[in-house]
Amino acid sequence: MIRINNLVQQYNDKLALDHVSATFPEHQTTAILGPSGSGKSTLLRALNLLEMPSKGTLKIGNDTAIDFDQPLTMPQILATRQQFGMVFQEKALFTHLTVRKNLTEGPIKVKKMSIKHANLTADRLLQQFNMTDLAERYPYQLSGGQQQRVAILRALAMQPKYLLLDEPTSALDPELEAQVLRILRDLASQKTSMIIVTHNMQFAKRVADQVLFLEAGQITYAGAAHEFFEAPNPRIQNFLSAMQF
Amino acid sequence: MSDFINLAIKYLPEILRAALFYTIPLTIISFTLAIIFAVITAVIRIMKLPKSPIIRLLTLIIKSMASFYVWLFRSTPMIVQLFIVFYGLPNAHITLFANAWVAAITVFSLNTGAYAAESIRAAITSVPAVQKEAAESLGMSPFQVYRHIILPQAARISIPPLSNSLISLLKDTSLASVITIVEMFYLSQQIAAENYKILSMYLLVALVYAAMTTILSIGQHYLERYTSRFIQ
Repeated sequence: MIRINNLVQQYNDKLALDHVSATFPEHQTTAILGPSGSGKSTLLRALNLLEMPSKGTLKIGNDTAIDFDQPLTMPQILATRQQFGMVFQEKALFTHLTVRKNLTEGPIKVKKMSIKHANLTADRLLQQFNMTDLAERYPYQLSGGQQQRVAILRALAMQPKYLLLDEPTSALDPELEAQVLRILRDLASQKTSMIIVTHNMQFAKRVADQVLFLEAGQITYAGAAHEFFEAPNPRIQNFLSAMQF
Repeated sequence: MSDFINLAIKYLPEILRAALFYTIPLTIISFTLAIIFAVITAVIRIMKLPKSPIIRLLTLIIKSMASFYVWLFRSTPMIVQLFIVFYGLPNAHITLFANAWVAAITVFSLNTGAYAAESIRAAITSVPAVQKEAAESLGMSPFQVYRHIILPQAARISIPPLSNSLISLLKDTSLASVITIVEMFYLSQQIAAENYKILSMYLLVALVYAAMTTILSIGQHYLERYTSRFIQ
């Protein structure tokens, strides 16, 4: 389980995260929802230290405890990041590497896996998600949906404890979006620990076990997903209707 | 015309020997060092300042030194730099550069490195930020991020300006003549002084320079094609 306590992140005068506390259970999908600019992506990126909050604590299981009031060492940062896999909103595959090498670069360079083992892992993942024929292609030779599916596999190839997804389908058209969502639904049904920032309420309702609702850097709802979508709270109802849900 | 051909037949081997033993080694050694200086300088110049006050101050000092180096070598002519290093420093009892080869390689590599640093810096900053973040999210160290993700992508972008630097350097090695190195231009001067075929000798050496830069341009073409295999 991940526990964050009183996370504060400030950009100039604006508080992006305003004393945010939450827990993210293992083997569940947590959806982080909220209006644009509410701090959803900042919160997600703070978990794997792509953003460095100025205050607060982060605990991952019993192994990792970070106090953001203290300066972090590079080994601490790298060890924390290795517990997460991340899928970005933009197409973030390494453009100079083939699909297979995108999947093996992290395991070989970071986890010191043998090339043979890393290739086997990559091939198994590609086979599992019916993408074997893409193995030798470069990212520019893939559609947007294929690129995001490969990005998910790249994150999974690192065998992370948690998969972080930052609006992974927002740049895709509906047909390509469906391909990506299908993989994520499969992962959710396999009880992969996922934390996802999304604007797709249908998808969130379908896969999320827990919802965190953020407004102006503060969590105003944290609880079971099915309760969130039935919540009588007028602010949440307004948000859901604005999202045409 | 036949005079020129006869002159070329007579003196070309000597000129090519000077190219082989002076111009080409000076170019290769200086350019290799220049690229090392350039990568280090470029990476330092785009480093972000850390939060910790002491490391922040140290980083700031290192960044200022890198900026000063680029400014210094871009703001003065190479020939002046050669004179300062080869004739000036020994006069101030700094004898490290009294050897003409050491002086030439030092100036050529530092000068070319200053220009190349800017080309590489521009290439690195043109790689989308999400590529760096994606590598960081895998747990790669800053060195690994640059070595395996950023620099290979920046290399493709920096090949045209770096090829320009290499071609300029090849031609600029003729300046080594002013510090007593008998490279091919100095040799052609000496031969012209003996046989008075001034125009023909200088045309001959110009043709050799043109041939060498053409070979480099062809190499650039193939290198660009190879490194562009991963883009549309």
